[in-house]
Amino acid sequence: MKVVIPKELLATELRVAATPKTTSRLIKQGFEVYVESGAGLKSKYSDEEYQAAGAKIIYSAQELYALADIILKLQPLTEQEIAMVKKGTLVLSYLWPAQNQSLLKKLAEAGINAIAMDAIPRISRAQKMDVLSSMANISGYRAVIEAANYFGRFLNGQITAAGKVEPAKVLVIGAGVAGLAAIGTAKSLGAIVRAFDTRKEVAEQIQSMGAQFISVDINEDGSTATGYSKEMSKEFIEAEMALFKKQAAEVDIIITTAQIPGKEAPKLILEEHVKAMKPGSVIVDLAASTGGNCVLTRKDEIYTTDNGITIIGKIDQMPSQASYLYGNNLCNLLDDMGKAQNFKIDMTDDVIKRAMVTYNGTINWPPEPLAVSAKKTSAVTIASPEEEAKKKAQKTKKIIVSNIIWLTIIGVVLFALGKVAPSDFMGHITAFVLAVFVGWNVIWNVTHSLHTPLMSVTNAISGIIITGGLLLINDDFTNPITILSFIAILVASINIVGGFVVTYRMLNMFKK
Amino acid sequence: MITANIQIAAYLFSSILFILSLSGLSAQESAKKGVIYGIVGMTIAILATIFGENIHGYVYIIIAMLIASIVGVRVGLKVQMTAMPQLIALLHSFVGLAAVLVGFGSFINPHTNLMQGAEKSIHLVEIYIGVFIGAITFTGSIVAWGKLTENITSKPFVYKGKDAVNVILLLASIVLGVLFVMQSDTNGMVILSIMTAIAAFFGVMMVMAIGGADMPVVISMLNSLSGWTASASGFMLGNDLLIVTGALVGSSGAILSIIMCNAMNRSFISVITGGFGQEIKKGIKLEGTVKSITHEEAAELLNEAQSVVIVPGYGMAVAKAQYPVHDLVEKLKKKGKTVHFGIHPVAGRLPGHMNVLLAEANVPYDIVLEMDEINPDLPETDVVLVIGANDTVNPGAQEDPSSPIYGMPVVEVWKAKRVIVMKRSMAVGYAGVENPLFYKENTDMLYGDAKESVEKINAKID
Repeated sequence: MKVVIPKELLATELRVAATPKTTSRLIKQGFEVYVESGAGLKSKYSDEEYQAAGAKIIYSAQELYALADIILKLQPLTEQEIAMVKKGTLVLSYLWPAQNQSLLKKLAEAGINAIAMDAIPRISRAQKMDVLSSMANISGYRAVIEAANYFGRFLNGQITAAGKVEPAKVLVIGAGVAGLAAIGTAKSLGAIVRAFDTRKEVAEQIQSMGAQFISVDINEDGSTATGYSKEMSKEFIEAEMALFKKQAAEVDIIITTAQIPGKEAPKLILEEHVKAMKPGSVIVDLAASTGGNCVLTRKDEIYTTDNGITIIGKIDQMPSQASYLYGNNLCNLLDDMGKAQNFKIDMTDDVIKRAMVTYNGTINWPPEPLAVSAKKTSAVTIASPEEEAKKKAQKTKKIIVSNIIWLTIIGVVLFALGKVAPSDFMGHITAFVLAVFVGWNVIWNVTHSLHTPLMSVTNAISGIIITGGLLLINDDFTNPITILSFIAILVASINIVGGFVVTYRMLNMFKK
Repeated sequence: MITANIQIAAYLFSSILFILSLSGLSAQESAKKGVIYGIVGMTIAILATIFGENIHGYVYIIIAMLIASIVGVRVGLKVQMTAMPQLIALLHSFVGLAAVLVGFGSFINPHTNLMQGAEKSIHLVEIYIGVFIGAITFTGSIVAWGKLTENITSKPFVYKGKDAVNVILLLASIVLGVLFVMQSDTNGMVILSIMTAIAAFFGVMMVMAIGGADMPVVISMLNSLSGWTASASGFMLGNDLLIVTGALVGSSGAILSIIMCNAMNRSFISVITGGFGQEIKKGIKLEGTVKSITHEEAAELLNEAQSVVIVPGYGMAVAKAQYPVHDLVEKLKKKGKTVHFGIHPVAGRLPGHMNVLLAEANVPYDIVLEMDEINPDLPETDVVLVIGANDTVNPGAQEDPSSPIYGMPVVEVWKAKRVIVMKRSMAVGYAGVENPLFYKENTDMLYGDAKESVEKINAKID
């Protein structure tokens, strides 16, 4: 099977769908890989590196598309590219099918089987191929770096000889993948991080990253089964706006990540919020491409407002990092589809049937919905404290009763024994019972890892039965007693010697 | 010659040393000291007996002990740690055999006939019980040895009406016992022999009915029995040292049995009545696919991991893979990765078997952790390498109430980020239960002999 990596035509697309590293992974999976000359240049990967990884370099796009069984791409195919692709070829790329109905039609007409990487359902099994998550992770990281770049102070607090520096305060709005990545990055740079999200379920994740979860007093949960949050009620939004206003005056950096799939981004930071911020503060709007969370955001632009707030509407794609993660996502998907030998398009698979937006000439969009958010389990009925106490009391009562019964039985048996048995025997029984108790308490302390040495040493010690043989043996070898005890002494001695030797040897092996 | 009082004093001293010997095993640091205590105690006990009153046949004693010492030292030095279960089983059988012989010897001893009334009755009961337990220990251990060396199939052997037969035999033994005590002296030998045969049969059938994975319980139980045997012989001979030592060993084995049973979430009775794992029992229907990976990919996963946990099972012992595993650990540690072992209490065929195997291969014991110690760390672990373990890593024990092993504590390997399972084939484990672990999303199978697989991975780790 031939996998081809074309050069991206869009000038602003700096990434490439495979890096030399993911190329060698593809080759390991059994694919032949063809790369268009110069495909990786904008991500700082040269043709030579691809060649070294085992790919062949093709110089014309026409030739490349003619070879292809599978095409790996970032941007959707353009009309001009579709014309070069054979019928039945599989294409993996971004497609944004909800916004690109006409493109789907063209792909279907050309008989191209297109997987929209942005339509991979966000279930745990598909996490490893979820390009939205891996790219969001990068933008979350980069958002903090950009902010730090335009923010004129340290992010971490310092106490220096020259004076004390307060740590910067960062507010992250929306704790999806990008938001969490931003929290982690800002936290590791030493900032004080707060995060807001309408979904109550993410509070724990926010706190686990070391940030403070802030929320409004209205009890409304924005969680939905799709994993994205829903639009909130009017009261909620009002409370939210008030909260943001208060926070805007306090924090130095705001990073917004709120997006709704297929819709314009919600407006969360209004003009009054920006006005409330201190001069020198920074807003990074990760939703700039879908209209921005801040009303003042200008797409693909970084500028400073009149009151000295820098609003960042474009961030670096980090193409070499992004290409690597994107390429790995694609590899993982191909892995799931059976690698080269068992390659199969399985339209019953939960992931494939949703991401394969055109298949065998038909459009397969929109897909049936799939719930990804863990359902809240209803609380198990908890017994009231009184019942618990009652149960406990009953249990202790039972234990006391059974203890009394047992001790009575033991007492009676011992009494009966004492009545008939000779005094010698009573002495032996005393020793026996005490030894059982001592052994019981001593052995519980033995560590699990020494159980085998314990067995072999008890083996050796139980060779003490040799005394039985020693007491019985006599000088007359024709006497059956002598023969019996001779054998008994023999085997018991093997036990003693063998047991001790092997235990000692074993314990010598245990080393730190 | 030493007097009886000094002998008793010496025996008491020996008993104390034996107790110290066992308590020494509570930690690795003091364990060796413990063995020394044991050896000193044993030496004092034997010398005190030999130089006591009324001891004869010195020549034979010396000959027997000499032969035994040569055999014992050779075996002790040469045995491989993978063969420890067999050796332990064999040594148990020796105790049983010695007890039977001493019992018969004591019965023939003319001194027995001189006794009167209750004293004689009690003595006969002691002989009877001593021989009974001794014979069970003897044949049971021999069968266990056979199963462990694979001279006898490790599959459980059960026949219809087994329990009924056992009950009848037990009742017959009790009736014979009453007759044995009642009779004057003539046919006592015959009754004792019949009972010995019954007990021997009992021992054989008991262990035959037990499957391979239950071996740790059986061995612990036989360990316990060998102790009780020695104790019974002590009563028979009126020797307190034997009684005390036997009781120590007996309770030690009993505790091990309890620990093993808890680790398998099974009652002692259900193990002994046997027959576990004869048919494949289906729990929940397993969904998903089993993915296999190559040695290169496994090595790559390990190369990328920061923390690795290795969970060995009996398969590692069978393949003798502990040496390459040690090399793997060294290589990974040199690369700055944290490596730990997670040991399930019943992994292997002997309590603590895995620990000894790893110690043999020079794996430092402070990275070898118990199940309860490793489980909290597993969600943070990058790669878990399961080598020849199956039932002890079965998530069905926690997730599937219909699974036959539901409720058994297991090593929760599936909580780690990636799991590599080394296995010879897709066969079910000894418990005969399907393992949903293999179908998990984060599990990859690496088929083949464990030793070869680890060696191949080693070659790929730079």
